[in-house]
Amino acid sequence: MGSRTYMMQGNLAVAEAAIDANCRFFAGYPITPSSEVAEHLSKRLPQVGGRFIQMEDEIAAMGAVIGASLGGVKSLTATSGPGYSLKQENIGYAYLTEVPVVIVNVMRGGPSTGLPTLPSQSDVMQAMWGTHGDHTAIALSPASVGESYDMTIRAFNLSEKFRMPVTLLLDEIIGHVYEKVSLPDPKDLHIVNRKKPTCPPDKYLPYAEDESLIPPMASFGDGYRYHVTGLVHDETGFPTNNPETIDKMLRRLHRKLDPYMSEIIEVEERETENAEIGIVTYGSSARASSSAMRAAREAGIKVGMLRLKTIWPFPTEAIFKFGQRVKSIIVPELNLGQIAHEVEQAIKGTVKVHKVNRINGEPFHPDEILNKIKECK
Amino acid sequence: MRNDYPHDELLQSGHLACQGCGGTMTMRHCLKALGPDTICIIPACCWTIISGNFPYSALTVPVLHTAFETTAAAASGVRAALDMQGKPNTTVLGFAGDGGTFDIGLQSLSGAAERNEDIIYICYDNEAYMNTGIQRSSATPELAWTTTTPETRPKLGPKKNMIQILAAHKAPYCATANVAWPEDLIRKVKRAAGIRGTKFIHVLSPCPPGWKISSEMSIEIARLATHSKVFPIYEVINGEEYHINIAPKNVPVKDYLRAQGRFRHLSNEDIQHIQTRIDYEWKILLQREMTESFQKNMP
Repeated sequence: MGSRTYMMQGNLAVAEAAIDANCRFFAGYPITPSSEVAEHLSKRLPQVGGRFIQMEDEIAAMGAVIGASLGGVKSLTATSGPGYSLKQENIGYAYLTEVPVVIVNVMRGGPSTGLPTLPSQSDVMQAMWGTHGDHTAIALSPASVGESYDMTIRAFNLSEKFRMPVTLLLDEIIGHVYEKVSLPDPKDLHIVNRKKPTCPPDKYLPYAEDESLIPPMASFGDGYRYHVTGLVHDETGFPTNNPETIDKMLRRLHRKLDPYMSEIIEVEERETENAEIGIVTYGSSARASSSAMRAAREAGIKVGMLRLKTIWPFPTEAIFKFGQRVKSIIVPELNLGQIAHEVEQAIKGTVKVHKVNRINGEPFHPDEILNKIKECK
Repeated sequence: MRNDYPHDELLQSGHLACQGCGGTMTMRHCLKALGPDTICIIPACCWTIISGNFPYSALTVPVLHTAFETTAAAASGVRAALDMQGKPNTTVLGFAGDGGTFDIGLQSLSGAAERNEDIIYICYDNEAYMNTGIQRSSATPELAWTTTTPETRPKLGPKKNMIQILAAHKAPYCATANVAWPEDLIRKVKRAAGIRGTKFIHVLSPCPPGWKISSEMSIEIARLATHSKVFPIYEVINGEEYHINIAPKNVPVKDYLRAQGRFRHLSNEDIQHIQTRIDYEWKILLQREMTESFQKNMP
């Protein structure tokens, strides 16, 4: 047992992971059930030379993390559904200006103020389509406290590597549940930092397209002339109305993750080899699903589970392959079928997709998933 | 209690607030002053919970529980709809906490005040985000502890002066009040109801769990806030004419601070610093009170 073994909740694991990923700036606004991330970092960040700011509202928090990231410091904000909605304009800004930031959304029931203290998974579509315009997105969904730590590290790595906002979708259960975790030695972590320009300042083009599709990023104060705008811009960063340039710029933004899909998309397969019934799920719903799967196996029903650790980009290929091997697929989620719809599209009608949904603020009971398994048998 | 104290209770028993909740007393007194022809616009704050569930809801007036940043905006819409239908005497009451007023709701409040919407906006100020678990707001006093301003790094800088911001909008009526003086609060709310335009009343509303005081001390500590000049009670007419309504007894600020757990970490130097700041602000307030209004300066 390492010296870094703790009983902690998911929100604290996120905060500690941010420190270990070398995040040194947090801006946020109080909102249940994510406030513990801010509360913990208000103590921890100053201890490691970082800065914590409680902002006056949600979009201000998003503005501050974008500013800090452009200033050269890895930055984090944390919120929940209504606050995520309020941040969306600036999230779109970060997509267009290609600014790496990590946004934690500890999902609660919606729409609107909804169910502030109760779990939900109803922001998964918002994580992809919350802001206007065409863009690509990355969203990760941990299913335990330990995984909240790991995925926070990964969220920073992906955001730094691909110069874009990354959303970590916890839900109220994962955010608040206390579990034993053994945190790795920060020295052993694989930490990715943004690619910096190596050319002389007068040659720097902050949005030039190369074969990697990810331009190197200078920080304000590095000595590079730098113009950042939410207007569609050319490779110099200045606004443009040239149709060809606009098209080239926006298409790169849309396809910049395409060459890296296998690196970004992670799924966990459990007992899928001989499965006849497949469960596709994510986040806290995977915990009840896993109990249901065990019970079904004990009753002689061959059930396998594909757990989505990456929600966006959507693991279409893995789900299609899984669909080829099973007779039917069950998608338990704490919303009315946001991911089930994507799963249906991914498997292209080859097998039937059954939804198991709960939106009343309670987590799943394994029995209700087990009953659906028995129905599908 | 004086004879003109209204006996109607529009906030009934069975509410869900903590014992000694200043925000609940503020609502009770405001509704006594306004009567039943009142519509409450409430953003995210303790008051979205306090009135309770049907059929046991403690509030007897209609409530529009709006999004956090939109109290004054939603109130503007309700006002317009009522006016169009010939109901100008129905009171539209924005009732928000300090976070929803000083921070996220400031833009919509400023907009409403600039348009001079005919609404009463009451801020029940418990000096932090109490409903989400005691995170600091820009109404949190200097050097106070909250869950996001730990004792090792208490809140820096003085509390935002909301009354001055509203006075700068030339709002026809602004006032501070304190739940420890209910007659004064009720008189102010009644006076506000008789004025057309944006009326803003800032009410100090103690929060026993957030201030780390025991609930029976709520009123006593609120009274100390005014007697130590930490929270002076005054009115501002048209943003210009100041009247101090309660004469402070010059209690040392130390007595107010030392009575509360949220200030337990303060050193004597910290307290002296706060005392100096409070004395300075009081001097400015006295100067403002002595300055005659623009109207009186007209030849």
